Amino acid sequence: MTAQTALAVTPPTLDVERIRADFPILRNVHPHGKPLVYLDNAASGQMPQPVIDRLVRYQTHEHANIHRGVHTLSETATAAYEDARRRVQKFLNARQEREIVFTSGCTEGVNLVMHGYGRRFIGEGDEIVITWLEHHSNIVPWQMLCEERGAKLKVVPIDDRGDVILEEYERLVGPRTKLVAITHVSNALGTVNPVKQMIAMAHAHGVPVLIDGAQAVPHVAVDVQDLDCEFYAFSGHKIFGPTGSGALYGKAEWLEKMQPFKGGGDMILSVTFEKTTYNAIPAKFEAGTPPIAAMIGLGEALDYVGRIGLDAIAAHEHELLAYATEKMSAVDGVRLIGTARQKASVLSFYVGEVHPHDVGTLLNEDGIAVRTGHHCAQPVMQRFKVPATARASFALYNTFEEVDALVASVRKVQQLFA
Amino acid sequence: MMDSKQLYQEVILDHNRKPRNYGALADATHRSEGLNPLCGDHIWLSLKVDGGAVAGIAFEGQSCAICKASASMMTTVVKGKAVGDVETLIGEFRAMATGQLEPATQAHHLGRLTVFAGIKDLPSRVKCAILPWHTLHAAFVQEGSTTTEGEADPVS
Repeated sequence: MTAQTALAVTPPTLDVERIRADFPILRNVHPHGKPLVYLDNAASGQMPQPVIDRLVRYQTHEHANIHRGVHTLSETATAAYEDARRRVQKFLNARQEREIVFTSGCTEGVNLVMHGYGRRFIGEGDEIVITWLEHHSNIVPWQMLCEERGAKLKVVPIDDRGDVILEEYERLVGPRTKLVAITHVSNALGTVNPVKQMIAMAHAHGVPVLIDGAQAVPHVAVDVQDLDCEFYAFSGHKIFGPTGSGALYGKAEWLEKMQPFKGGGDMILSVTFEKTTYNAIPAKFEAGTPPIAAMIGLGEALDYVGRIGLDAIAAHEHELLAYATEKMSAVDGVRLIGTARQKASVLSFYVGEVHPHDVGTLLNEDGIAVRTGHHCAQPVMQRFKVPATARASFALYNTFEEVDALVASVRKVQQLFA
Repeated sequence: MMDSKQLYQEVILDHNRKPRNYGALADATHRSEGLNPLCGDHIWLSLKVDGGAVAGIAFEGQSCAICKASASMMTTVVKGKAVGDVETLIGEFRAMATGQLEPATQAHHLGRLTVFAGIKDLPSRVKCAILPWHTLHAAFVQEGSTTTEGEADPVS
């Protein structure tokens, strides 16, 4: 029995070679004649064959506009689209399908909450709490709202490791706070925020919480009922689905209270020139014809990840990240930016005095794709006093050999600039 | 595709390691600031124009090797030249970096600046090489600051 229990909690090992075979781009592309080492997953993930096949099948056999026609194709397309919504619901463990709003991505999800909740309920003197780790897309919408409404943005500082300082968070959330909007996983540093604890702390003051899950969903199993957040936004393309797909989870009672974000078709029940009655959720937030194929592809991508299992994926990535952290730390002059207690996927670094853009250009010559720049998180860069970093970010298909290739290439850069 | 090692050749690495005319001129007649927001290259130019010629020039800032070497070599090349001739060089450098001027077959005044010819094959790095030249032009026309984005975008 004991042995069985141990077995049950040990995540299954990932068959990485088999997974790699599912991603055609990994064998089709040879930058500078080298095998592609794709370590830019935090910017966008690659697409597995089942998702590509699903897109082709939709366009070749199922496409028409949704929620409109009585004809067969429209009904087929509508069924596939709504089936994708159920897959998102299952993936996030939401209570109801209608709590899932399709969006063009995480950015649109945050903006939807800003317009739908923020512009309705946030006014002068109110406060919105974010952290220093946020991506620009979870900073700028709130700045726009603050400017429009005379509200204040409060930013929770981080420590030298890249961890949010919880005591400061506790101090900043108070009677004036109308919303907490925080990232689950930092895109620039890889910090995993203790969101469940932070949500509970906000709830103690009756404050609703929006989680930016863009970087979390490909790496961490998310259960919105367990987290108890009011909103959870993510992008499809970072979890191996199509660009232009994404979803916002919102508790039904909040989505119902919110005002529509965009006006147009599909979001109305009736329109006269005197008065328009809005549709029920989630349609209220889905004006216009969406990228139907993209959302169906997203559903397929979530199923793909679900079949492999996020526990197994997380365990593999954790080992990769630990290995990469150890190997890169051993290279003279390499400085790791972001050493939070709990991290996912991301290794941000600086090579001696070499500017990250030079690092990126030279790594590319060895077929290695990393992101270089400020990662749309300039406050994080300012916090660590660097203009930019090079960032390697791992996904389920990355291997230890690819980490070795990265480290060897970084050593070459260092020699060139020595 | 060009091998980027061809670009990161000794002359560029040397100017990056030991930038020439690094600092600020106390008696500058023209100053300007250049920013490449995408990658964070940020430089300041100060120059002294006397009798229609560049009598002195210096630069400082934070940037990648391509930008720093480009700025360093630019200062050595334009010092002593008439402003009109420098404007010609600015145009030629931009044309070379964006692939509109092929230095091997077309007439130009670029001299050793042709070490940057390969940048045209690295679209994401073109702006790094051009920024100092862009900033120099802004200094001449007395624009306090310039960026490589928007209307002035050399590669859009």
